Amino acid sequence: MLLLGTLLHAKQISRSPFELAIAMIVPIVQATLAVYLFRSGAEQHRLLEAAVGAGVMGVWSSVLFGSGGAIQNQRWQGTLEMIMLAPRRPVLVILPITVATGVTGAYSLLATLAWGRLLYGIRLDFVHPAAFVVAAVVCVLALGMFGLLLASTFVLLRNANALANTLEYPIWLVSGMLVPITVLPAWTAPIAAVLPTTWGARALREATTGGPVWPSVGICLAISLVCLILGGFALTYVERRARATATLALA
Amino acid sequence: MGSEYAIEADQLRRTYRGRSGWLRPRRTEVEAVRGISFTVPRGELFGLLGPNGAGKTTTIKMLNTLLIPTSGTARVGGHDVVGQTREVRRRIGYVFGGDRGLYERLSGLDNLRYFAELYGVPPRAQKRRIAELLELVSLTGRERERVEGYSRGMRQRLHIARGLLHSPEVLFLDEPSIGVDPVAARELRRTVADLAANGTTVLLTTHYMAEADELCDRIAVIADGRIQALGTPAELRRRADGRRVVEVEAYGVPETAVSALRDLPGVRETAIEERGALQLLTVQSDAHVDVQGEILRELAGVRLGRVNSREPTLEDAYVAIVNAA
Ligand SMILES: Nc1ncnc2c1ncn2[C@@H]1O[C@H](COP(=O)(O)OP(=O)(O)O)[C@@H](O)[C@H]1O
Ligand SMILES: [Mg+2]
Repeated sequence: MLLLGTLLHAKQISRSPFELAIAMIVPIVQATLAVYLFRSGAEQHRLLEAAVGAGVMGVWSSVLFGSGGAIQNQRWQGTLEMIMLAPRRPVLVILPITVATGVTGAYSLLATLAWGRLLYGIRLDFVHPAAFVVAAVVCVLALGMFGLLLASTFVLLRNANALANTLEYPIWLVSGMLVPITVLPAWTAPIAAVLPTTWGARALREATTGGPVWPSVGICLAISLVCLILGGFALTYVERRARATATLALA
Repeated sequence: MGSEYAIEADQLRRTYRGRSGWLRPRRTEVEAVRGISFTVPRGELFGLLGPNGAGKTTTIKMLNTLLIPTSGTARVGGHDVVGQTREVRRRIGYVFGGDRGLYERLSGLDNLRYFAELYGVPPRAQKRRIAELLELVSLTGRERERVEGYSRGMRQRLHIARGLLHSPEVLFLDEPSIGVDPVAARELRRTVADLAANGTTVLLTTHYMAEADELCDRIAVIADGRIQALGTPAELRRRADGRRVVEVEAYGVPETAVSALRDLPGVRETAIEERGALQLLTVQSDAHVDVQGEILRELAGVRLGRVNSREPTLEDAYVAIVNAA
């Protein structure tokens, strides 16, 4: 059920003309960004690393906006009531949607790499190609679970959109998607350590340039599972509240 | 099987609280449902009939677990709608009128597959069940097209197929024929009647008298959040016994004339319905008083069409009940 739900939601999301336009353009921009930021270094590996980092940023953006607004979106489509009527825990109903935003975001990772290869001739020589694939899948799943926590907490906030906007860049930075965490001020380290994005990005980087991939993958998964559990509780509360305040449908 | 009743509602109330105004928020309260009680035996086709804003949708949503009642209790299949939501949800289907609530960019088939999975239709049974339902709602052959290209009637039929996926014991239909063309509406009524004939309990809301009359075993007329009358269509029709109805086709009846008619001795109800340029004026009066002459005198100077006098119908009874609320 989770698998079919994810696939169909990914289909629904990726067929939106708006998403499509973004999905075409953003990866090119990201590949370009990656190349120009690191041209000075000009080592092939730094370029690939940057392209991967940029791709992960794309996954994060997709999850942040997609999952943060997931419940609101379903409400606008009038499908929220229909899915909440399922005799299932709310978490099982919403998780496929947030994972789907991760899956559509993963496309941006692939596209960034592809454009990097096509336009700038970045060689895709990963140190651990198999580990890279696994880490990418885990990263998408993890962000999906993190997205669930976002989805359930954002509906409780009035200004969720503004919050989503302010979260986009800081998390790119803090999780070390763009620049290594080591160059960031020390106070960001604890924040980085609890974000699944940090560990996901790190696992991908390690798979790209060499390093112990699996510990990062493990930590990333563990943190996401915690997010999943917290998100699950939050959602149960949200559902009950929505039934009391009549906010499942558009008023 | 628990209770002998499919649906039991006891003193249901629902108040919507909200805020309006941004700068100086004011609290608003709407008492949408004010104490509704009724029971529906298994297999009955029960109608909630009432004008817009009467509280029909609110009542349905309290029964199908989407809203928590402000007070009062309800059971579906013997299970409490607040405490035992999963038990209730397993047994019910919900279909509402209009064309929202579907995944537009997915095909009809994908929509059904998704909801079959979600509503717990066993994987082995899904394919057959979906094919059956596509056949039932005459969407076979169109199921691979995206819903965004569907007509209103097709979407409505897809809604119904979705509501039936898990073969619910109790089906809630909220104004299913809204915005559907007459031929499709007739087909819809046949489908609903067939379902009820096969043992599904149906709770139907509508504001079309004729629809309720044709389909329902019993009807609750609801207005202003309360049940104003409850009975079989024949029993409700008797509410208008002892009355006579005069219908006048007219062009440009002034508001003052209508209120003057209402004050005539023996007149019980007046209603005016716009039919393009034409207005249809309906006056119900006590049968033993002949008001036709008086009516025509009041309408002196207004261009008139046909005038006739007839026995009251169920629709007249309905108008009388709602106006009395
Ligand atoms: N979510 C809501 N918030 C505030 N008021 C509502 C809401 N939903 C319905 N109402 C009000 O409650 C009343 C009953 O509405 P409803 O149950 O939809 O009636 P019906 O389905 O019979 O047309 C109406 O006055 C409507 O404006
Ligand atoms: Mg309604």
